[in-house]
Amino acid sequence: MSSPKVSILVVSGSLERLQMAAMVASVGAVSGSEVQMLLSMNSLQYFVRANTQEPAPEGSFGRTMAGKKIPPFKQLLQHAVELGDAKIHPCSMALDVTGIKPEDLESFLARPLGLTKFLADAASGQLLTF
Amino acid sequence: MTNKQVVDARNSFCPGPLMELIAAIKLAEVGDEIELLSTDQGSATDIPEWIHKVGHEMVSTVSDSGVWHVVVRKAK
Repeated sequence: MSSPKVSILVVSGSLERLQMAAMVASVGAVSGSEVQMLLSMNSLQYFVRANTQEPAPEGSFGRTMAGKKIPPFKQLLQHAVELGDAKIHPCSMALDVTGIKPEDLESFLARPLGLTKFLADAASGQLLTF
Repeated sequence: MTNKQVVDARNSFCPGPLMELIAAIKLAEVGDEIELLSTDQGSATDIPEWIHKVGHEMVSTVSDSGVWHVVVRKAK
């Protein structure tokens, strides 16, 4: 059941975009795709273990999500790693700029990755940006 | 001897039911049947597609009073 590689670049910190990125990663990974995700810019802060702040919705759909039994985006990404072939990387540039340390991040994240390597790996498949 | 188990994913939205099914399949033995209960209409069409794609066996899918009963047999 081999499918094209899926590379997902996440720069947004909005609830809807993080949720959709996580949905694509998890369903892709459990359906036979090799998935790589790069967390950069405004997305990375939500993967710091000590950060209890939830991402804000950017529109009416995000507000509607509250109170519904929708799998949280971090749980979906953890499933993508545990049940499928997914690697979720923090962006090395974002770590440098923010001062966040890799050891402060959620344990299901893989090692930091630079954009050059990410793009080289993405060349053989689909690239999606959120 | 094959086993049958029920996974209750009612009221969970996509892709929650699929993830719950996959977690159950991972723990099951080949030949075991899993009946997934879901109220999510999108999952009712997506899950048979996933079963077909990854090569498990679709046993039945029935809607009863707004609840989808999807039965899958672990094939590998």
